Amino acid sequence: METLLQQIINGLVVGSMYALVALGYTMVYGILGLINFAHGDILMIGALVALQAITFAQHTWPHLGALPTLAFGLVVAVPVSMLMGYVIERAAYRRLRNAPRLAPLITAIGVSFLLQTIAMIVWGRNYYSFPQLISTTPLQPVKGVYIAPVQIVILIVSAVLMAALIVLVNKTRIGRAMRATAENHRIASLMGVDANAIISLTFVIGSGLAAIAGVMIASNYGIAHSTMGTLPGLKAFTAAVLGGIGNLGGAMLGGILLGLVESIGAGYIEQFSFGFFNSSYQDIFAFVILGVVLVFRPTGLLGERVADRA
Amino acid sequence: MIKLLEAQGICKHFGGLQALTDVSLSINKGEIYGLIGPNGAGKTTFFNVLSGAYTPDAGEFVFAGSQLPYGEAHKIVERGIARTFQNIRLFRELTALENVMVGHHTRSHAGLFGILFQRKQVREEERLVTERAYELLKYVGIERFANTVSKNLSYGDQRRLEIARALATEPQLLALDEPAAGMNATETTHLRSLIETIRHDGVTVLLIEHDVKLVMGLCDRVAVLDFGKKLVEDVPAVVQRSAAVIEAYLGGAHAA
Repeated sequence: METLLQQIINGLVVGSMYALVALGYTMVYGILGLINFAHGDILMIGALVALQAITFAQHTWPHLGALPTLAFGLVVAVPVSMLMGYVIERAAYRRLRNAPRLAPLITAIGVSFLLQTIAMIVWGRNYYSFPQLISTTPLQPVKGVYIAPVQIVILIVSAVLMAALIVLVNKTRIGRAMRATAENHRIASLMGVDANAIISLTFVIGSGLAAIAGVMIASNYGIAHSTMGTLPGLKAFTAAVLGGIGNLGGAMLGGILLGLVESIGAGYIEQFSFGFFNSSYQDIFAFVILGVVLVFRPTGLLGERVADRA
Repeated sequence: MIKLLEAQGICKHFGGLQALTDVSLSINKGEIYGLIGPNGAGKTTFFNVLSGAYTPDAGEFVFAGSQLPYGEAHKIVERGIARTFQNIRLFRELTALENVMVGHHTRSHAGLFGILFQRKQVREEERLVTERAYELLKYVGIERFANTVSKNLSYGDQRRLEIARALATEPQLLALDEPAAGMNATETTHLRSLIETIRHDGVTVLLIEHDVKLVMGLCDRVAVLDFGKKLVEDVPAVVQRSAAVIEAYLGGAHAA
């Protein structure tokens, strides 16, 4: 019983990070029909820039305290990642907007390699230890079940960000323009919406969320490196597909579900395979799910718009 | 008479098809101006060039005294030209109210930062925009469907919603592309009085329409396009008697 509860907690923490990244995939897909495979690498850039800023802050203002130092890291990393998202759309995707679908997709993979290479040039191939500014010493709210303060912070921050995004998209002028542009960007601009600006904004918001998720992942595992974005990126993409790509609620649901399945699976796989597999095989769950979803429900759990369009 | 819109030598071709050849016309402030012509005459192409969906090959539009920008549709809306579509182009997944509120986008200002920090002006603006959108739905007579997703509205109501959405951009010139298409007689009568009300409230109307009776009864002046060329531009009574127009509509043999 403790194992299950413990794995549910771990799953929610990991899942909420997946959800934040999945939102970036799904927003871009919703508005452009493009899978932005460079999105995971934005997360990596966010984490490494934050690391750089935090290291700088620790040297320059040694008495700043842990939370302000982390906040400084975010204040630098989030705008840098947002700028990066903006530049990528502007330089790489915009001119391919009317090209066949495969062209921007391959470009996205190219941009992903480009970002990883840039990161390798700037930061090298080293694995950096990421300062754990929020305590990772587990608390024990229930006997046998552990949760670290950093995990509590991750849960709260993710929940707040997702709620804010839902309000932004559904209740505000910008969100209406985003939904209108997602339906048809030509008609949106004929109705006075600057569709290009809205598309840029979508990339900027998604990249900001990815940077925050990157800092969360690095803080949780205490490590950052130039390829750290690949696996979370792929899993978040899986989460987005699971929930129904293009659908915000779907990305959130898909992220949380994927995190839960992965952790619960990892918790029990050893027991159920009679010791043949162990918890280091946890990554297979995400991709088994991706396969199953693509075969049986390609539009995802909440995605009906694709069928509706066809 | 103050000229609101002047088209000067507009040309547009698609591959080998010359859709518009040197079309010049001028619309006065406050009038209802009809644009008619047989199928394929270039009426909708003219609308698309005017609203910025296409860039003209040659020619320019002068609107309210200065030249319109090319190719950037949202800037043309900002300048005060709004349109509807021959085949309805609503935001299908949005409610009727939201469709109208999108139309208001260009006249409101809330940016991302204002929204994130929920500044007072932003909330106030959102309230005003919502209120104004309700008024416009009432104006076209579909306020009871405010919260209905627009794809679930009836055909006639979708057409009205398109007009409300276009009016939300606060245009000086409202361009209606076959608003009566597919409407029954009662709906057409309502549409006619709606267009008259819109003009009465100070908006100049450009109307493409197949319903000749509607055009001749409603418009102050009419231009006739045929094969991408303007044949005549005059008051309805003169246009109706024009030999060139009769020939275009009924074929050469009849005129001869």
